[in-house]
Amino acid sequence: MELFDLSLIWAFIIGFGIIMYVLMDGFDLGVGMLFPFAADEESRDVMMNSVAPVWDGNETWLVLGGAGLLAAFPLVYSILMPALYIGVFLMLAGLIFRGVAFEFRFKAHSSKYLWNWAFAGGSTVSAFTQGVVVGAYIEGFETANGVYVGGALDWLTPFTVLTGLGLVAGYCLLGATWLVLKTEGDLQQWARRLVLPLLTTILAVFVIISIWTPFVDPFVRDRWFDHITLIWVFPAFGAFCAWKIVQANRRHKDTMPFLATMGLFISTYLGLVVSKWPYVVPPDYTLWDASSAYGSQLFLLLGLLFVIPVVLGYTAWTYWVFRGKVRAGEGYH
Amino acid sequence: MELDPLLLSRIQFAFVVSFHAIFPVFTIGLASYIAVLEGLGFKTGNQVWIRLSTFWTKVFAVVFGMGVVSGIVMSFQFGTNWSNFSQATANFLGPMLSYEVLTAFFLEAAFLGILLFGRDKVPPGMHLLSAILVAIGTLISSFWILAANSWMHTPAGTEFVDGVFIVRSWSEAIFNPSFPWRLSHMVMASFLTGGFVVAGVSAWYLLRGREVEANRKALSMCLWLLLIIAPAQAVIGDFHGLNTQEHQPVKIAAMEGNWETANRVPLLLFALPDQENQTNHFEIGIPGLASLILAHDMNGEVPGMDLVPPEEQPPVAIVFWSFRVMVGLGLLMIAFAITGLILRRGGRFAEKRWFLQGLRLMSLTPFVAVLAGWFVTEIGRAPWLVYGMMTHAEGVTPSLTGAMALFTLIGYITVYAMIFTAGVYYLMRVLHDGLEPADREHPADHPKRPLSAAHVPFEYNQDVFRPGGY
Ligand code: HDD
Ligand code: HEM
Ligand code: HEM
Repeated sequence: MELFDLSLIWAFIIGFGIIMYVLMDGFDLGVGMLFPFAADEESRDVMMNSVAPVWDGNETWLVLGGAGLLAAFPLVYSILMPALYIGVFLMLAGLIFRGVAFEFRFKAHSSKYLWNWAFAGGSTVSAFTQGVVVGAYIEGFETANGVYVGGALDWLTPFTVLTGLGLVAGYCLLGATWLVLKTEGDLQQWARRLVLPLLTTILAVFVIISIWTPFVDPFVRDRWFDHITLIWVFPAFGAFCAWKIVQANRRHKDTMPFLATMGLFISTYLGLVVSKWPYVVPPDYTLWDASSAYGSQLFLLLGLLFVIPVVLGYTAWTYWVFRGKVRAGEGYH
Repeated sequence: MELDPLLLSRIQFAFVVSFHAIFPVFTIGLASYIAVLEGLGFKTGNQVWIRLSTFWTKVFAVVFGMGVVSGIVMSFQFGTNWSNFSQATANFLGPMLSYEVLTAFFLEAAFLGILLFGRDKVPPGMHLLSAILVAIGTLISSFWILAANSWMHTPAGTEFVDGVFIVRSWSEAIFNPSFPWRLSHMVMASFLTGGFVVAGVSAWYLLRGREVEANRKALSMCLWLLLIIAPAQAVIGDFHGLNTQEHQPVKIAAMEGNWETANRVPLLLFALPDQENQTNHFEIGIPGLASLILAHDMNGEVPGMDLVPPEEQPPVAIVFWSFRVMVGLGLLMIAFAITGLILRRGGRFAEKRWFLQGLRLMSLTPFVAVLAGWFVTEIGRAPWLVYGMMTHAEGVTPSLTGAMALFTLIGYITVYAMIFTAGVYYLMRVLHDGLEPADREHPADHPKRPLSAAHVPFEYNQDVFRPGGY
C-alpha cells in the first residue's frame, strides 16, 4: 500500500530546507560577524540595513527545519537535540540577542555600542555552534535503543571546533560577498579586500578537514576511496567556484562573487551528504530507521506541496522589492 | 543536594512557555483590533481610525518581535528536554507544528511587512487585506498549537503501538474532545487581553487629557466589545469545565479542592489544601454550589481526589488557587464591563476618574488570568504528559543531567530577563509618546522590520536633536 518511498521524498525536502537556511541566514549572520570591523558607525548602519528586510524570513526556515524534522524524522530530532543540548541553547541565545539587537540598535543612542556587541556576539555564537553541529554529525552520536547515551559535552572536540571555525569563516565570506553585491564606495572596497583572506582561510580549513575526516570516520574513508571518481565531482566543482570568486572579485564584478560563494557552499553540502548517505544519525541510523509513520509523512506532504510554492514565491518577491544597492541614510532613522 | 533533571526541566518548560504565552495572547487580540480599525478607516475615510491603527501597529510590532524570538526557543524545547516524549508523539505533534509554520508563520511574516511599512506603497484595499491576513494568521497559529496541546489532554484518534503513537484518524485527533472548548476559551482570552490593554491605555490618555476624541472612541469601542466577551468567556469556561469533568475528573477535583467524591459539595471560596493529609484547612464555602455548577443539581455528585492514589494526584493547592485567581479576575472583568455600560448614560465612562484609574489597573489582569488558566490546565494534568498514557518522568530526555538542565534554566532566565526589560522599557516609551500628530509625514523608505515601525528612540531623555540623529 505504500506507493512511494516517502522517506526519500522527505529527505530531499528537509535537505532543501537546510541548505535554504544555511545560504539565507548564512549571509546575514556573516554580516553580523563582520560588523565590529567596519570603518565607522555609518557603514554599520548600511550593513544592517542591507539585511534588515530579509533576515527574519530567513530564520523562519530554521523553525521549519526543526518542526519538519520532528514530523518526518523524529529520531533525528530526538537524538540530536539531547546530544547537542548545550550547543542548541547557545545557538538560540545567540539568535535571540542578535534578533533583538537588530531591533533596538536603531533606537538607541548612548547604549548603541551594547547592541553592536550583542549583534556581533550573537551572530558569532550562532554561526560557530552551527559549524560545531556539522562536525558533531560527521563524528557521529553515541546511542543505544534509539536514545542518546553520550555526555553533555561530547559535541565539543578539536575536530568540531575546527568545523565551527570553518563555518564562521564561510558565513563571513557569504557576508562579505553579499556586501560587495549590496553596497558601494568605501564599504564595498573594504568588503572586496576581505574576500581573498577569508577564502584562503576556508580552503585551508577544508584541506585540514578533508585529511582529518577519514581518520575520525572509517565509513567516510571507505566511501571516498571506493567511489573515487564520483565523489570528486564535488571538490572539483568547489574548486571551480573558488577560482570564480577570486577572478570575479579581481574583475570588480558585483554579483558573481556572491553567487560563486553560494556554489561553494552547495558543493560542500552535497559532498557531505553524499559522504554520509543514507545515514542521518551516524553511525547507527539511516533515514529509513529515523522516519515517522507513513501516514504522518503523507498527511504533511499533501499540505506542503501546496504551501511551499507560495512561500517561495513570497520570498523571491521580498528580495525583488528590496533589490539594488543600499545607500547611507536610507532605511532606519 | 541531588539536582533532579525532571523537576528542572519542568520548571524550565513552564518558564519558557509562560514567557512565550504572554506575547501571542496579546498579539492575537491586537491583530484583530487593528484589522477592525483599518476596516473602519477604509470605510469611513475618517483619519482618527487610521491614526489609532498606526499607533497600535507600533505596539504590535514590538510585542510580535518578542513573540517570535521566544517562539523559536519553544520549537526546540521538545527535543532538548523531552526527547522521549517527542519520539513517542512525533507522528501527531510533528505535522501539527509543521502546519503551524507553513500556514501561519509564513503568512504572518509576509503580510506584517506590508501592514507595517506598506501604507504608502500599496493601495488602501491591499493594506486592509494585509491587516486582516495577519489577524487570520495569528488565529491559524492558535488553531494548530492548541490542537496539539489539547490532544495531550484528551488524546483521541491515535493508537499506542510499541511506545509510539500512530494516528488512526486525523480528524478525531485534531478535533479531540477538549479542543473546541480550549480553542474558544483561548481566543476569547486573547480578545479580552487586547480589549483590556487598549481600554487601559486609552483610559490613561483620557486621564491626562491627551487626544480626547480618538481615545474616547477607542475606549467606547472596547467597552462594547468587553461587554459581550467577558460574560461569554465565563459561559465558555463553564462548558470547558464540564468537558474536563468528563475527561479529566481528577483535575476538576483539584480545581474544586474536593478530596472525596461526594454529593452536595460546597463551592469553596477559601481553603488551604493539605496534600499530605488529603484534606483542607480553614474551608469557607457555599453549600451545594459546586454540585449545582458541575452536575446542575444541588445534590449532584462531584469527583474527588480519592479517584486516584496520592502519587497520581496533581499538586492541589496550586491548581486550586490558580483557578480562583482566573475566575476571580474573570468576574472582575464582567463587573467592569457592566459598569462601563451603566456609565454610558451622559457619556460619563470617559470622565469618571475612578473608573478610568480602575481600567488602567485592569490592563494587567488578563495576563495574570491567562497564566493562571494555563497553570490550572497544565499542572492539573500532572503527573501525565499525555493524559493517561505517558507521564512526565517517561517523557524526559534520558541523557539529561541535573547540571545541564540547571545551566540552561539559569541561561534562559538571564537572557529573557534582559530582553524583557529592554522590550518593556521600549514599549513604555511608545506608550509615553502616544499618537502621532495628525499631519506628520512618514518617510516611505523604511525597511520591513517589525520594531522599526516605531519611530521612537530607545532611551528616555535623549538628545533628540543630535546631528544626523538616528
Ligand atoms: C494561542 C496561541 C499560541 C500558543 C499557545 C503558542 N504560540 Fe507560539 N506563537 C503564536 C501563538 C501561540 C503566534 C501568535 O502565532 C506568534 C506570536 C508572535 C508571533 O510571531 O507569532 C507565535 C510565535 C511562535 C514562533 C515563532 C514564529 C516565527 O518565527 O515567526 C514559534 C517557533 C512558536 N510560536 C512555537 C510555539 C510552540 C512550540 C508553542 C507551544 C509550546 C507555542 N508556540 C505556543
Ligand atoms: C502557551 C501557553 C501555555 C502555558 C502558559 C503553559 C504552561 C505550562 C506549565 C505551567 C506547565 C508545567 C506543569 C508542571 O510541570 O506541573 C506546562 C507543562 C507542559 N506543557 Fe504547557 N503551557 C502552554 C501551552 C502548551 C502547549 C501549546 C503545549 C504543546 C503543544 C504544551 C506542552 C506542555 C508540555 C509538554 C508540558 C510538560 C512539561 C512540564 O511539565 O513542564 N504547553 N505548561
Ligand atoms: C470567569 C469565568 C471563567 C471560568 C468558569 C473559566 C473556566 C476555565 C476552566 C474550567 C479551565 C480549565 C480547562 C482544563 O480543564 O484544562 C480554564 C482554563 C483557562 N482559562 Fe479560564 N475560565 C474563566 C475565565 C477566564 C479568563 C477571564 C481568562 C483570561 C483572560 C481565562 C483564561 C484561561 C486560559 C488561558 C486557560 C488555559 C487554556 C485552556 O485550557 O483553555 N479564563 N478556564
